[in-house]
Amino acid sequence: MELTELTITQAHEGLKKKEFSALEISKAYLDKIKEKDKEIFAFLTVNEDLALVEAKKIDDLISAGKEIPVLAGIPTAIKDNILVENVKCTAGSKILENYIAPYNATAIKKLKEKGAVILGKTNLDEFGMGASTEYSAFGPTRNPHDLSRVPGGSSGGSAAAVAADECIYSLAEDTGGSIRQPASFCGVVGLKPTYGAVSRYGLIAFASSLDQIGPITKTVEDCKIVFEAIKGKDEMDSTSVEAPKDLESKTYNLRDIRIGVPKEYFVKGIEPEVENVIKAAIKKYEEMGAKIEEISLPHTEYALPAYYIINPSEASANLARYDGIKYGFSESKNKDLLDVYLESRGRGFGAEVRRRIMLGTYVLSAGYYEAYYLRAQRVRTLVKKDFEKVFEKVDVILAPVSPFLPFKIGERIEDPLSMYLVDIYTVSINLVGLPALSLPVGRVGDLPVGLQIIGKHFEENKILEIGKSFEDKWKF
Amino acid sequence: MISKEEVKHIAKLARLGLVEKEIEKFRKELSSILDYIEKLKEVDVSKVEPTSHSFEVKNVMRDDQSQKSKVKSQKLLELAPEIKEGYLKVKSIL
Repeated sequence: MELTELTITQAHEGLKKKEFSALEISKAYLDKIKEKDKEIFAFLTVNEDLALVEAKKIDDLISAGKEIPVLAGIPTAIKDNILVENVKCTAGSKILENYIAPYNATAIKKLKEKGAVILGKTNLDEFGMGASTEYSAFGPTRNPHDLSRVPGGSSGGSAAAVAADECIYSLAEDTGGSIRQPASFCGVVGLKPTYGAVSRYGLIAFASSLDQIGPITKTVEDCKIVFEAIKGKDEMDSTSVEAPKDLESKTYNLRDIRIGVPKEYFVKGIEPEVENVIKAAIKKYEEMGAKIEEISLPHTEYALPAYYIINPSEASANLARYDGIKYGFSESKNKDLLDVYLESRGRGFGAEVRRRIMLGTYVLSAGYYEAYYLRAQRVRTLVKKDFEKVFEKVDVILAPVSPFLPFKIGERIEDPLSMYLVDIYTVSINLVGLPALSLPVGRVGDLPVGLQIIGKHFEENKILEIGKSFEDKWKF
Repeated sequence: MISKEEVKHIAKLARLGLVEKEIEKFRKELSSILDYIEKLKEVDVSKVEPTSHSFEVKNVMRDDQSQKSKVKSQKLLELAPEIKEGYLKVKSIL
């Protein structure tokens, strides 16, 4: 087996048995990046020297006979909106083109304590705003399964890097589908944890009530390893929470599992080939013994418009910090203060970011607040109640991740609203703060399709176990 | 449909400089998104409380003790476009 095809568990075993060294693994991945990334463009920054220094440290521990954590020496790639100290962090934006992170995000600190080797930073839609990675200021990432198509977004670089064997796993962030949808488009596993399960300290803020950091991996087992490593309450993020311990280590028999399938997720709009793959996967769960029942989430069609009020509102407030004065791109020659703001922000932000800032500013402005923002928050309550009601009857919900197959680069970029519709099955989960897994369950031609497994708050272990039982039996 | 004047007004509130030809483009795009979110008017929300956070969180308190910053201020200053004597330099306001 090639070193670049290993899972975390396999690489860890190999390191312990001294079949290969951490340095050899890292070099193999760095070579792969050199070979493949010209066409895929998953990476914005590659830290070759830093990675090799870290890998060497792990080899020293191994030769000294020390026990190593499971993530030690394992090469990873980090979405470029998560801070890694002393490494450039651009958020895919010209406004942060030369920004060097002054500290580590908590999730990064935790990975580093376990000996992770960070190969580099991955491409994204600017500040996470997009579903295709085409809104990156530095150019689009390509889908490794078909280079003419998008890898999804906003974490397209993180998902493509794992799918193209340019790293063993990656970290990303999900605000409305940004981990799950690219994982689905690239045929890899992605987990959006419960809101608050992973600290957001050191994550460049986009929409703070929705953002959550999570892993993208090759297998469900790896996904669990990374999630366990990064989760937990953090004094630097007051919205982070400790999950109840009893939920973490249970195993489940599919025969005891009740699965809900929301009828509102299979209406017009979903591509028939996608629907077929998802229905076949649900059928397989039934064959494995799970009890399937149709459920209703009646406010589904209102989740997306509510999301596109709440998300831009929070984004417009969060992005007010980019002022051309504290850090980042600044246009300040011979002008007054207002001009510094207007020009730095006008020229530093791309079109989609400016669209969302203006949309947020509009719906929050005097006279519109109640009609838009407050109404959207009330609809958020209704969406939340839909899920609470359904979860009284079922353990998990199975659904598509996206109604579409990976689309062609350029296909949706001229029409912002058509890009928003890509998120239709993923945004509700962020509004309610639930955990959800994207699991590859089939293909249409060369193009992968992901199944979404949605659980109750803090039941990551359950959705991972349920995902694993599929993966163990049918490997895609 | 929102007007060109409204787009200019929002852009100024948001401190975003726009060039003339962008104004018409944003007017069309923002109008089509606003039309789409009008859909929410179909929902009766008269008896529903708003949700700002996906699950209940209470205020998180700590003892009122001073702590050393975990990030060195020099490191943050180095990121600023213009500094003077250890401060961020800002254009005059008056």
